[in-house]
Amino acid sequence: MIEFTLWDIVRNLALAARWTVVLSLIAFVGGGLVGLLLLVLRLSGRAPVNRVIGAYVQLFQGTPLLMQLFLLYFGIALFGIDTSAWMAAGVALTLYASAYLAEIWRGCVEAIPRGQWEASKSLALSFGQQLRHIILPQALRIAVPPTVGFLVQVIKGTALASVIGFVELTKAGGMIANVTYEPLLVYGCVALMYFVLCFPVSLYARTLERKLHVGHR
Amino acid sequence: MSAIAESTVGAALATPHTQVGAPIIRITALRKSYGDNEVLKGIDLDVKRGEVIAIIGKSGSGKSTLLRCINGLEVFQEGSLTVDGKPLLYESAMAMRELRQRVGMIFQSFNLFPHLSVGRNVMLAPQLVKKKGSAENATRARQLLERVGLAEKFDAMPDQLSGGQQQRVAIARALAMDPAVMLCDEITSALDPELVGEVLRVVESLANEGMTLLMVTHEMNFARKVADRVIFMHQGRVHEMGSPEALFGQPRTAELKQFLSSLHD
Repeated sequence: MIEFTLWDIVRNLALAARWTVVLSLIAFVGGGLVGLLLLVLRLSGRAPVNRVIGAYVQLFQGTPLLMQLFLLYFGIALFGIDTSAWMAAGVALTLYASAYLAEIWRGCVEAIPRGQWEASKSLALSFGQQLRHIILPQALRIAVPPTVGFLVQVIKGTALASVIGFVELTKAGGMIANVTYEPLLVYGCVALMYFVLCFPVSLYARTLERKLHVGHR
Repeated sequence: MSAIAESTVGAALATPHTQVGAPIIRITALRKSYGDNEVLKGIDLDVKRGEVIAIIGKSGSGKSTLLRCINGLEVFQEGSLTVDGKPLLYESAMAMRELRQRVGMIFQSFNLFPHLSVGRNVMLAPQLVKKKGSAENATRARQLLERVGLAEKFDAMPDQLSGGQQQRVAIARALAMDPAVMLCDEITSALDPELVGEVLRVVESLANEGMTLLMVTHEMNFARKVADRVIFMHQGRVHEMGSPEALFGQPRTAELKQFLSSLHD
């Protein structure tokens, strides 16, 4: 029987944590871009478009991420498209994050007083200019805490990708625990690594929040 | 506040396309409703270039709504409206922006952009909409701020200013777009009483220099002093209209008499 040292465990978990980071980045960037697009579409205010986006948001907020992963992984295969766990996890997390971010950001935009829209409109700014120069910079300030809170959720949410066979931190932890027979030690290390990933994000958010408020005060 | 009066040199107002004395705003048979509730019931109004008009009336009489129709912040269902030769066409975002460049608006709640410095507030729209070069834009912004007595506040943030100062920045911001007409929507209602005067003095200096002004106001003394014509609105209609002397001196309708006497209580 092979002996596993603590270093072996940590090293292998750290290697797997790379994929957790990559998957999180895909979800942040993909979800952020799609979420921003949904937000702008929604703000430009065509009623049918708003209903479709509203339904999209409800769909992804109202079902567990786990089911979304399953449905995408097995569902796409039904159409004869070869899906990897990679693609399914990337797409599912992107869609999931975009729905939440679009909704979070919409709330932030709605918190901007109507007078800001009216003043910029009566100065003959176009819709795009209003968003870019007046509304979004102000919304950004209030958006930081809820956005970061959600991003931390996403990092932890990537653990679910393990169920479709994607080897990231949680899946690797399970595999190592199975061969070392030391689940407590291994999962303890796994939890610690998630903390190491999430904590700096929250910390950075606090600095960012302070920085964004400088101009205001 | 002689500083305000003396500093007008160098910040001249723009010249409208309309000739002096010709109608600069034409409103014809304008009707507006929110659902079933008709708030403007057929308004006809011509405003001549250089005219100063005060709109008075109870809250809910449609006076602010009328003002907000003139630059398209409110959508009306029937009638037509032109400003300085530009017709109001909701279908065309381009035409709306053209029209809004001719109309400056000042709000009760100032609505300065809180994330931008005073100078940037004034310069933003000329830079984005009129593509003004930054040196020329900055010079003009400084002149306009000087005009409203706030030259030293160029780099301040809006929340460092008093209400009266914020409102004067808002006036400079509107002037920076060289409007042909200015709309003032209860611009002193959110101010502490001691700050009202400084804002009204700026408005008066605009009136004296020939700016066309439409103001919804509760400052009857100011209306009496500055306005060429006073409009009393009641239940969505122009109920009575005339010179300040006639309107305040010899009100003809019972509604206006009642409104005026309610102010003295």
